Amino acid sequence: MAAPVRGMAGSISIGNTTSFQKKTRSKLVSIPGTRPSVQNGQLLVSSGYNSLEEDRYDSYSRMLLKYFLAEGVVCGHELFLASARDHPDQIIEGQSQPSDPENPDTMKIAWRYQNQPKVQIALASSVRFGHYYDVSKTMEPELRQAAKCHSFYQLQETPVTTGSRSRNVMRLREHGHKGKNSKVRNVLRLGLHSLGSVLWGDDVCCKDNPAHCHALTTFLYILRGLLRTSLSVAMVTVPSHLIQNRAVMGRIIRLSDTAIALESFKGSEKETNPLYKDYHGLLHVRQLPRLNCLSCEVPDTKDLAFKLKRKQFTIERLHLPPDLSETVSRVSKTELAAGCGTTATGNKHLDF
Amino acid sequence: MFPELNSILNSTPDSFKSSDFILVSDRRADASFLIHHHLSFYLRAGCKVCFLGLVQSFSHYSAVSQRLGVSLAQAREKGQLVFFEGLKNSIGVILQEDTSQETQPLSYLRTPGAGLEGLFRFVERSVRQSGDGYAGESWGPPVLLIDDLSVLLSLGVSVGAILDFTLYCQAAVCSELQGNVVILVRCEEEDADDDEEGSNLLQRGLVHQCNLALHVEGLPTGYCRDIHGQMEVWWRQGEETIYNQRKIFHFKVHDKGASFFARGTSSAVL
Repeated sequence: MAAPVRGMAGSISIGNTTSFQKKTRSKLVSIPGTRPSVQNGQLLVSSGYNSLEEDRYDSYSRMLLKYFLAEGVVCGHELFLASARDHPDQIIEGQSQPSDPENPDTMKIAWRYQNQPKVQIALASSVRFGHYYDVSKTMEPELRQAAKCHSFYQLQETPVTTGSRSRNVMRLREHGHKGKNSKVRNVLRLGLHSLGSVLWGDDVCCKDNPAHCHALTTFLYILRGLLRTSLSVAMVTVPSHLIQNRAVMGRIIRLSDTAIALESFKGSEKETNPLYKDYHGLLHVRQLPRLNCLSCEVPDTKDLAFKLKRKQFTIERLHLPPDLSETVSRVSKTELAAGCGTTATGNKHLDF
Repeated sequence: MFPELNSILNSTPDSFKSSDFILVSDRRADASFLIHHHLSFYLRAGCKVCFLGLVQSFSHYSAVSQRLGVSLAQAREKGQLVFFEGLKNSIGVILQEDTSQETQPLSYLRTPGAGLEGLFRFVERSVRQSGDGYAGESWGPPVLLIDDLSVLLSLGVSVGAILDFTLYCQAAVCSELQGNVVILVRCEEEDADDDEEGSNLLQRGLVHQCNLALHVEGLPTGYCRDIHGQMEVWWRQGEETIYNQRKIFHFKVHDKGASFFARGTSSAVL
């Protein structure tokens, strides 16, 4: 199942938000599912270009990856999915059904307030771009089969050393992309799941000083080169909780254009923190792309959180839940007075 | 080219210091806008520029330079600019499809342990070519620009080999030919564990070599929409000054340039 994401202002590359994509200066070419950016004339694709997802507990990045691929199916792009853990077909089959965006509830009692501008909690993009998805339904098979999908399942390949693993993936990727020379130009969406985990044959997650970290970063470098010279977009997910070496993480982030970290509250002490009770996790924007331009659209704030409801996956600005309790402030004042010790019996309002 | 940065650094395309080794570094920020500044600056000054573009494609720099008023395609055609496409040429090398002589500069991809001699030979050839430009024009002193050097660490080259390479470049470009060198290095956080072979070590080594260091970081107080970060300028003592000088500026990058201002004087604050 994939997840619909409300659009976000600027170039943060999740879901149906605009994002930068490096392409040739092709103003005349119109490819379905792309749109020229107003800022710098690049073609945009709904969802990241070489965007890197760092997922602390690896639950939500898979969902975003599925969303990315689902968007590709709906737009008619070609897909390429490489995975080491789950079979790629499982991921592709689990994509969600596109749906119409839900209508905002019409107010019945306080209908005069309906026309008031809403508080900007949900980050809205100025232009609707992309599709909404219903997480609870899976995509119809006809729609899915209409898209050309290539997959690469690590466990099915013959055992190879790490260096040639990169080459195998790249060769497959090149094959999948000979189509760029054909008359109909189409975008290729690449999904690489859980790169850097042990199943790919790397020891980046096992040791502090891995011997294979150069293989991973070299692979990302070459992938970057391939993306720059073709009409492709790649989304790579990395299980950062497994990678101990922070320097490697830093290098991986710098080799990508957009980097987003998902920090899920599951299993951490933040789950019970009342500040975060409305959300399932935090979203950190580590890097924004600056392709073909000096500066990118800068978001208002970088405090973002996400939550997964039954039908939707939304990303919002982090805001505190309303403080409805009346006893909260009094409790803290008495605690303060007790803490001062000597003046516990004095007039509370004059204590300092 | 950013006029405010020119006044901070006290240089214009008509008069700038020669034999200068400039280090541009950043930590959790993006200092590549300074590379765009230097590229358009030296092209305007009429210098022969050798640009090692290791992380972005030519069209990226071309698009940005267009906004800054310089045409890279024209400069390349005239012979003023030699652009090395690291990303594009790496694919052929790694997939072992292209083993011609032209991929010698990228020999570090095949054997990272061997060092950067191939790349240095390329740089040397490019900066020594003179007088064969468009209609016999001869260019000013050569300039070497590298964006960015720390990606070589990701490709398996050791810090020692990179420092050797920069020493050779400094000797060839700055000392022999009185040209300038501008290098971008992207650093990790200070307390990164693996610092033995890391970018922090590389940056420290280069700081000792350079005359001018520009270090870009985010604001220590956190993310701000109107001020994108702070830039520290560090002048090494030279003939005119008897001590090193260090100043900090805030900056904001926009579409056609960047504005620099003293700390606390951003228009968002005042």
